[in-house]
Amino acid sequence: MTKTLEKVLRKPLTGILISVVIGFLIGTVILLVAGFNPGSAYAAMFRGIFSKPKYISQVIINATPLILTALSVSFAAKTGLFNIGAEGQYIMGTLAAALIGYYVQLPPVIHPIFILLCAMLFGGLWGALAGWLKTKFGIHEVISTIMLNWIALYLNNYILSLPGVKKQGAQASNEILTSARTSILWDWKRSDAGKAWVAEHPVLGDILKTDLHWGILIALVAAVVIWFFLKHTTKGYAMRAVGQNPNASRFAGINVNRNTVQAMFIAGALAALGGAVQIMGTNSFRISVLPSHEGYGWDGLSVSLLAGSNPLGCILSALMFAALKYGSSTMQGDVGAPSEIINIMIGVIVLCIALSSIYPMIADSLKRREEMHA
Amino acid sequence: MEGQGTEYAVQMKGISKYFGSFCALDEVNLNVRKGSIHALLGENGAGKSTLMNVLYGLYAPEKGEIVLNGKPTLMKNPRVAIQNGVGMVHQHFMLVENFTIAQNIMLGSETTKKLDILDVATVRKQILELGEKYGLAVDPDQKIQDVSVATQQRVEILKALYRGAEILILDEPTAVLTPQEIEELIATLHHLVADNKTIIIITHKLKEIKQSSEWCTIIRRGKYVDTVKVADTTQEELANMMVGRQVSLHVEKSPATPGEVIFNVNGLKVCDHRGIEKVQDVNLTLRSGEILGVAGIDGNGQTELVDALCGLTRANGGTISIHGKEVQNTSPRNIRDCCISAIPEDRQKDGLVMSFTVAENMVLDNYNSKEFSSRGILNLKKMVSHATQLIEQFDIRPAGSEQTPARSLSGGNQQKVIVAREVYNDPELLIAVQPTRGLDVGAIEFVHKALIEQRDRGKAILLISFELDEILDLSDRISVIYDGRIVGELKPEETDEKEIGLLMAGGGGTA
Repeated sequence: MTKTLEKVLRKPLTGILISVVIGFLIGTVILLVAGFNPGSAYAAMFRGIFSKPKYISQVIINATPLILTALSVSFAAKTGLFNIGAEGQYIMGTLAAALIGYYVQLPPVIHPIFILLCAMLFGGLWGALAGWLKTKFGIHEVISTIMLNWIALYLNNYILSLPGVKKQGAQASNEILTSARTSILWDWKRSDAGKAWVAEHPVLGDILKTDLHWGILIALVAAVVIWFFLKHTTKGYAMRAVGQNPNASRFAGINVNRNTVQAMFIAGALAALGGAVQIMGTNSFRISVLPSHEGYGWDGLSVSLLAGSNPLGCILSALMFAALKYGSSTMQGDVGAPSEIINIMIGVIVLCIALSSIYPMIADSLKRREEMHA
Repeated sequence: MEGQGTEYAVQMKGISKYFGSFCALDEVNLNVRKGSIHALLGENGAGKSTLMNVLYGLYAPEKGEIVLNGKPTLMKNPRVAIQNGVGMVHQHFMLVENFTIAQNIMLGSETTKKLDILDVATVRKQILELGEKYGLAVDPDQKIQDVSVATQQRVEILKALYRGAEILILDEPTAVLTPQEIEELIATLHHLVADNKTIIIITHKLKEIKQSSEWCTIIRRGKYVDTVKVADTTQEELANMMVGRQVSLHVEKSPATPGEVIFNVNGLKVCDHRGIEKVQDVNLTLRSGEILGVAGIDGNGQTELVDALCGLTRANGGTISIHGKEVQNTSPRNIRDCCISAIPEDRQKDGLVMSFTVAENMVLDNYNSKEFSSRGILNLKKMVSHATQLIEQFDIRPAGSEQTPARSLSGGNQQKVIVAREVYNDPELLIAVQPTRGLDVGAIEFVHKALIEQRDRGKAILLISFELDEILDLSDRISVIYDGRIVGELKPEETDEKEIGLLMAGGGGTA
């Protein structure tokens, strides 16, 4: 009995699950204190996530950029780097997508691919800059990436202030060309035939009502590629080695500086991919003047933590993260409970995961007590 | 048990200590007679330091009782220990570099005049008195950064005495000393014992136990083995009790059959980051099939020498050549490609990626060779089978640890992983830096055999070690390094510890 409990406590997944449960428990307490019925509030939240196909579709759409920013953070973590800069790299991705999507004319399919490559290059260089500062001047990437986040934000706003970039009368750029968009059946579902089909097919039609786009596939492929890269390639091996112990890597003849810069490039490219996918896939297909950070990169940190830096885990945790956030609006609408409660819940979950080394420790003390009695 | 109560200064009864689920001490007993030198012998990780940290109040034991001079005492923290007359000199000194000796000694128990003004004059006098009484002469006004390691150790002992220590614990006190300094230390200890102080020495060096101690308690893997009278026990018996099986203390080797010169270091100069020349005009020549030992005390340029040889730091002058090809100031990769391998001094810092599995660590230097990868994709299966083979060949324990993180192996087995990896490359030159540092007798035996085996296969080996015994046992030729210079070249069969010790301490100029 205790043996199995001990074993379960040592599994990494246990910590995540217990954290989620604690998050919900604390959410319950707060709902009660605030005078709401937790049962109906959670019911409303889950209704807001699962009750209609379009809700599920929307959760997936919202999760897409999060998967990519979380991958960026996770990849950096696996290579021993703390990438706080996913936010700024994300902005570089949106910039690349908005500019190349509007100013460069290319045929469909080719245009999005070209944008993705350019966005990865932009964001990659933005990330590599932090890596280079680290190797050349010993500036810690936490400091440099935080500052680069703000530089990216103001660069975004500066470019929007240039003549001709900002759309007349809007606080945003021009929309990207249709050839650059990755929406699924965008025009067709607005045609008469499309509308008729949507009306006839409740499930698929409902899904089509959202901004369905190819981004989720890109995110899934990226997650699998990163997982494979880290586990199965020599380059991934070298980057992990450098990240975990630069001294031993150098001693063994691995080029530490080069691998650090390259790892930051990849991390930056992943976050930028998230930005580009978001601009190319979701309405309004443009970038706006940013009063502050949108938070995709910051949320990526939480999602990555939730996933234990596992690239494949990022998919599930981003979905959960997006679902909770999306469901909270229904909770607010139907029950009146403020959606901030869900933010508190997410905060508690993240905090508990940060503390999750406690579970193996509990397992240790269980084992010891057992041995003492034996 | 003859005698009771106050005959013993320290009695530790049934001490158990756990770290997580790991049992570091399992009902260990220790009885130390008042006014004696008592050695605590055990392999690395046997629990010697843990036991002493329990006595000093740094760790709280899960079970057991400590009795000081017949009085049960609860050692809640080091302050309680000090109040009860227990002093400890740690392996790594706890001194403030830019304070004077007097300041260091009074730190934490300052004598003050009115208005909390430090009474340095009184302290100075007390230090000089103590020093005279026990043969621990120091200049109280010198700064720690300006004095030798041996003096620093004296300061640590004085610090404990100044706080009224009657029972003195010394953790591996001889690790940093030259043979002459060790003799001085042992003389000092005898002074202290004559004054009815009690001394516990933690060590795994058998020879020093024979020289210094009256009693010896052996512990093995956290368990009490025996307490013996040193005079009635041979070194071999001590070693067998420590390891739990028969070990040979002497290295068996045939005479070397050196071949042609393959490695040459000429006029090498290396500066540290402050631009101070740490290696000055070093010349070394190595033939295939021989072991060249570089003897010296820690900090005399060995680290910088090795770093330059491995390409980790710039050589500021001179040449390093293997088979006539100059490799100085190229990359570590290039030097490895020229068939030079190295066992680093610090296995956890430079040798292993602790979170990587054994299999991953086994290919750290050649993961992208054709053997373990093709077109950038790792052959994980091959890596594991490679590890399985080396684990068997080098007796790395536990068997079947291919997928275990290196972190969870013991120090000796971690070292074997590195030795296995570096030897597997079949290097022409193997640089071994402190290859047995912190290893137990069994693992030392194994590493030494492995090095000699390489030599007999016609490889050149550069052995850099602070352990004089190791240098004398293994080397075919010995160079002594002092203050960044090679100050003497000797043959092991024509020299002895005294001569080398003198050179190591910089006394070669007068000889």
